[in-house]
Amino acid sequence: MTFALALEQLLNGLQLGVMLFLMAAGLTLIFGVMGLINLAHGSLYMVGAFACAAVAAWTGSFWLGLAASLACAAAAGAVVELVVIRRLYDRDHLDQVLATFALILIFSEGTRWLFGSFPLYLDIPPLLQGAVQLPGGGEYPIYRLAIIAIGALVAVGLYVLIGRTRLGMRIRAGESDREMIGALGVDIRTLYTVVFALGSALAGLSGALVGATQSVQVGMGEPILILCFVVIVIGGIGSIKGALLGALLVGICDTMGRFLLPQLIALLLPPAQAGMVGGAVSSMLIYVVMALVLAVKPRGLFPPAHV
Amino acid sequence: MTRENLVNILLAVALLAAPLAANALGQAFYVTLATRIAILALAALGLNLALGLGGLVSFGHAAFFGIGGYAAGILAAHGFSGEPILFGLPGTVQMPVIWLVAVFTAAVVALLIGAISLRTSGVYFIMITLAFAQMVYYFAVSWPAYGGEDGLSVLVRNQFPGLNTMVPLNFFLICYVILLVAIALFALIRASRFGAALQAARQNEIRVATIGIGPFRIRLTAFVLSATITALAGALYADLNRFVSPSMLSWHMSGELIVLVILGGVGRLFGPVAGAALYVAFEFALGSLTEYWQFVLGLILLGTVLFVRGGLLGLFAGKARHG
Amino acid sequence: MDKVMAEPVLQINELVKNFGALRATDGVTLDLRPGEIHALIGPNGAGKSTLIHQICGTLRQDSGTIRLAGVDIGALSTADRARRGLGRTFQVSSLVSEFSALRNVMLAVQAKQATSFGFFRPVMRDVSLIEPAMAILERLGLAHRARLPAAELSHGERRQLEIAITLALQPKAFLLDEPMAGMGLEGSKALTLFLDGLRQEAPILLVEHDMDAVFTLADRVSVLVYGRIIATGTAGEIRRDPAVRTAYLGDRA
Repeated sequence: MTFALALEQLLNGLQLGVMLFLMAAGLTLIFGVMGLINLAHGSLYMVGAFACAAVAAWTGSFWLGLAASLACAAAAGAVVELVVIRRLYDRDHLDQVLATFALILIFSEGTRWLFGSFPLYLDIPPLLQGAVQLPGGGEYPIYRLAIIAIGALVAVGLYVLIGRTRLGMRIRAGESDREMIGALGVDIRTLYTVVFALGSALAGLSGALVGATQSVQVGMGEPILILCFVVIVIGGIGSIKGALLGALLVGICDTMGRFLLPQLIALLLPPAQAGMVGGAVSSMLIYVVMALVLAVKPRGLFPPAHV
Repeated sequence: MTRENLVNILLAVALLAAPLAANALGQAFYVTLATRIAILALAALGLNLALGLGGLVSFGHAAFFGIGGYAAGILAAHGFSGEPILFGLPGTVQMPVIWLVAVFTAAVVALLIGAISLRTSGVYFIMITLAFAQMVYYFAVSWPAYGGEDGLSVLVRNQFPGLNTMVPLNFFLICYVILLVAIALFALIRASRFGAALQAARQNEIRVATIGIGPFRIRLTAFVLSATITALAGALYADLNRFVSPSMLSWHMSGELIVLVILGGVGRLFGPVAGAALYVAFEFALGSLTEYWQFVLGLILLGTVLFVRGGLLGLFAGKARHG
Repeated sequence: MDKVMAEPVLQINELVKNFGALRATDGVTLDLRPGEIHALIGPNGAGKSTLIHQICGTLRQDSGTIRLAGVDIGALSTADRARRGLGRTFQVSSLVSEFSALRNVMLAVQAKQATSFGFFRPVMRDVSLIEPAMAILERLGLAHRARLPAAELSHGERRQLEIAITLALQPKAFLLDEPMAGMGLEGSKALTLFLDGLRQEAPILLVEHDMDAVFTLADRVSVLVYGRIIATGTAGEIRRDPAVRTAYLGDRA
């Protein structure tokens, strides 16, 4: 194991964490403000990726694709909120789970209908192709560094948006007291649509960014959605700060676990078995971390005071 | 007799009569379809114990379904090859032994998952059960000894003393009898002291604690019982398909199990049977019309959740009654 | 004099609970002796609810002890405290709403018997649950409403059902949180009479706003203001206490 390899893995973990944060921020915001559990958040991730891939293929520009992913995911989110989600705020969590599960089926099969079952591929824009030298001798793709930077920018942007703007003030009011915000004269229905569209846009952006490193296909959103559940369960549902720390923890634990655990186990077991055991154990690592966090703090690291 | 009892008897008779008739007409395919209904109904019945009676929205019951499936697959593989599994323990191709192992394994896993997730409630519980099921899923995917991502075939359907299980009708009857026994058990539990405590804890947790019944132990017991029934269904499902793969453990499977319960009607005795019958019928009818039948299923499900309360049995059997 | 000398059934000692900078319970010491009704009164926001939550175990105190029949219950769960003999009613009726009145009481009977892990015997054919439950409903005049879902009972009936459930637990101490709330004049009178007899079965810590009921029933009265007990004594002593008059009764005069 070299330092360069470890650094590379650490950066990969950071990149995964940042992407998880983009997803988890929307999920946790929607729960915090509207009290809604949205399984279809992964579908909006997929919508973003497909929008980006389709527009990039059509125009030849990744950047137009990226803009399209934001716009399409936000629009899809707004429409879904207006047509379906709005009817679910007063329902119990079971109804929310079922309705948004139904939305997943509709989105997934609808996308398969439009684009077919074959994965699409999205090229990294020329500006971000290539790699940089890492200290210690390794190389690291510029694009992945750019993802980390974009994620950091979004985190700062969210911090400013929620902490310093009128919209943010309303969101915070909505989190702490839903009746009060009505009394403040804020149109709560519009606020909910805006928050949902914002969360959707973040999911779409994340889907587009990841789409260029993997393939764009139906069902790509769900594995990452479930990771995001782990993230916000660890962080405390409703907390943006919790989502950020949870995302980085999960991203880095998962990546470093897959890197280090097999090597650790190789010290104890013969190589053939070590590979098998290491692979299986490291795939379970973040869930074990989640269980440990819950054993100590059943409502996550940063439970919102009001829930 | 209440209307719901009448509908229940009709459902039970229909589920038996249809494959008998199909068998007489030489239509083995429909026997298999009925077997699928019976097994999915059994799996959903297990979930209904936690979800319907206890209000525990487990989004991770695929874990137990899959554990049952893998118990059958792994035991059969070793039983077939004669190699011991671990510590010289042999495999087996005898269904009753397989069922016991499936039930016991699921109980142990459910005890662990339940002990952690039942410390929480509401959305946390939903997400945590989902996450733990996903953990089991990834474990199965990354453990190559039993097929990993590709799954594991059961070359010859496992055996049951005195019956040729390769005859579709015989295997159906095994599943049907187990389903009826499980329904009877469910009815007993629902009417029992334990059932009373469990249903009361769903409606008013603080009230139950205030009279001195700890909701946690009641719920954990219900969760474990629920998991064992779903695992038994999983073992039968592996024998039906003669194949088990990580897809039995997937989050999608967990979602489908909830859908079966809801389609039929939460907490109702025959809700899972109605739900499973409806689901398999949809899958069969819509699936022959369009490749994208799940799109239509999604629309129907969405419509049901938004506009029809009480599920299918709610439509036909009237409002649920409580003693 | 025997009553006063007897070992207290419920003994609360130097209980403290803070919410941030707010001291909601400020060194409360309180006891409940065999055969007595001890009323706890205080203006809204005095910290009565917070105190009840700590006694029942839905909130954990920051410091201080709670003893029931000599045993420290301060760290036990709500259910464990109930099993040890704390019988509590709620200010706002808290019932199993889909269950009938009868089944609500049967559940309490079953809890008292510690038989909740019975899986096979149907409760609705179980005389060992039904008979004691019906007897209690009769005692409270609710027998004719036994088969109605709790949600369909009138407000007054729901209040009575609360008490029926608690009776079924045969507790060592009753903790009644505003049992008269919303009962009307007739209902309050009947309930006052009932509670008067109940103290023989187990002592009652009575949190109540109805001053007529308090001064009719209570052997002792404690006054809670800003999380602190400012006076404890007989009804007469409390009426005359100058601190109580300014802090609490004064605003009624």
